[in-house]
Amino acid sequence: MKERYSSGKLVLELFMVVLGLIVLVPLYLVFINAFKRYDEILTSAASFPQAFQFDNFATVWQEMRFPSVFGNSLVITVFSVLGILLFSSAAAYQLVRRPGKVSNVIFLAILSAMIIPFQTMMIPLLMVAKDFHMINNLPGIIIMYWGFGIPLALFLYHGFIKGVPVELEEAATIDGSNTFGVYFRILLPLLKPITVTIAILHTLWIWNDFLLPYVVLNSKAVQTIPLASYIYFGEYMNQWHLALAAMALAVVPIIVFFLFMQRYIIQGITAGAVKG
Amino acid sequence: MTPTIKKRLVYATFVTPAVLLFALIIMLPFARAIVFSFQDWDGISSDIKWIGWENYTAIFQDTAYLKSFGFTLKYVAVSTLLVNLIGFSLAIVLNMKLKTKNALRTVFFMPHVIGTLIIGFIWQFIISQAFPQIAEWTGLHIFEVNWLSYPGYAFWALIMVSVWYNAGYFMVIYIAALQGISNELLEAAEIDGVNRWQKMWHIVLPLVRNAFTICLFLAITSGFKVFDLNLALTKGGPFGSTESLALHIYQDAFANNNYTLASTKAILFFIVLGSITLIQVFVMKRKEVEA
Repeated sequence: MKERYSSGKLVLELFMVVLGLIVLVPLYLVFINAFKRYDEILTSAASFPQAFQFDNFATVWQEMRFPSVFGNSLVITVFSVLGILLFSSAAAYQLVRRPGKVSNVIFLAILSAMIIPFQTMMIPLLMVAKDFHMINNLPGIIIMYWGFGIPLALFLYHGFIKGVPVELEEAATIDGSNTFGVYFRILLPLLKPITVTIAILHTLWIWNDFLLPYVVLNSKAVQTIPLASYIYFGEYMNQWHLALAAMALAVVPIIVFFLFMQRYIIQGITAGAVKG
Repeated sequence: MTPTIKKRLVYATFVTPAVLLFALIIMLPFARAIVFSFQDWDGISSDIKWIGWENYTAIFQDTAYLKSFGFTLKYVAVSTLLVNLIGFSLAIVLNMKLKTKNALRTVFFMPHVIGTLIIGFIWQFIISQAFPQIAEWTGLHIFEVNWLSYPGYAFWALIMVSVWYNAGYFMVIYIAALQGISNELLEAAEIDGVNRWQKMWHIVLPLVRNAFTICLFLAITSGFKVFDLNLALTKGGPFGSTESLALHIYQDAFANNNYTLASTKAILFFIVLGSITLIQVFVMKRKEVEA
């Protein structure tokens, strides 16, 4: 039985399109106002700009040191995600293939940590981080993201590897591969779907994360996009033409990433949620 | 080297990095926070006193803390209900054969990829600058006042933004669940003369129960941990009326340097959040089995 496209459906469709446009309005307003003069924003926030002010962006680009903060965000996100993928897939591999008391205890302990709110560990973490010289530098915060990212990633890998037939690995072992060879040559390629899911979940989280950079990155040279936006917005409070240009700059990279990777992102988010 | 030792060494090589990172970044600070909750320390001096349960009795008399607890519970309840209700409704509609369904799914989901801090700032602009214009055009009084300056309105401003940000995310999870229902089952029901509401109530809802368990869990935990949005949109104001637990603990720790008391508040936060989500998942999982 094929669903007909009735007039009721047309009304519903129109209603949804209007709703969709309403959802887009806030972003639209940010982008058009980012091109206006300050007084024009105050008198007519909803209208199209009379003349496009690219100066706003030039000012913000420089004052926010956008290339530098963008680079920091990129470095932190990429290396954090790579580490999370490597350490948790390696651990999950042995935890699944060598079951026993030790593996069980390790898995459950790491799993149970997922529910602990960041605020609970925040203060002592800062003290530990100071002792290990992990404050105010990129390697430090990357190591912290490894720690915070491992529980969810390990859990997702663990569930996936349980479903991978062990025969392939056994065959490779008989052919003379050692455990490392099996892991790198046989298992990692098989893990690709779940690796994409985990990479996307963690990329979105780390790229957008604010609180951890806020407490461990103070100096200008290491700021990330959310942190620099926060500081910039605080300094230029109500200087809307600059604040909005800063927001538009902060939003563009992730929206572009989303539009290009849309299919993977939506699949990844769904898979991550359903298995978590 | 005997084979057993070699095997153990290999096992250790694979597992140790993850365990070490977990211990250093999560377990050690968490254990330290528990210890802190039984101590009194200003964060600087070398003198750390043990004070037993005093911190715990003190936080129950801390009105700002209790107020932020109350706000957070109310925020979690209302936002969990609304984002799931709206997300599920969107999923139902966009699971039909509409011509624009793919584009609409993208649009509704898009806000979710932006960081919540930036979203708070975006909406601060929308509410303070664009709402007055809407009021001018439509004559609706509700858009005349600045929502961020009145406690009652500020709460709903946060809820509104949370719905804008989250509804599309929950929609995506519900759509995946709805697509898991076999068409034959629905067609068989139609042939048997089951009407639309019966179909929804007796077939669709029981089959997506698993998604409800997950979505409620996600909404509750993310609602409890809300921080960026409060900081960027309302700063906890006006008059501390929208200060979330996470924001309150942050302020207590770093604005007031109250390390031990803030740790105690965070431990209680963890216990409450842990128990609520455990109960929620346990109760809903049991129902799933029955269904």
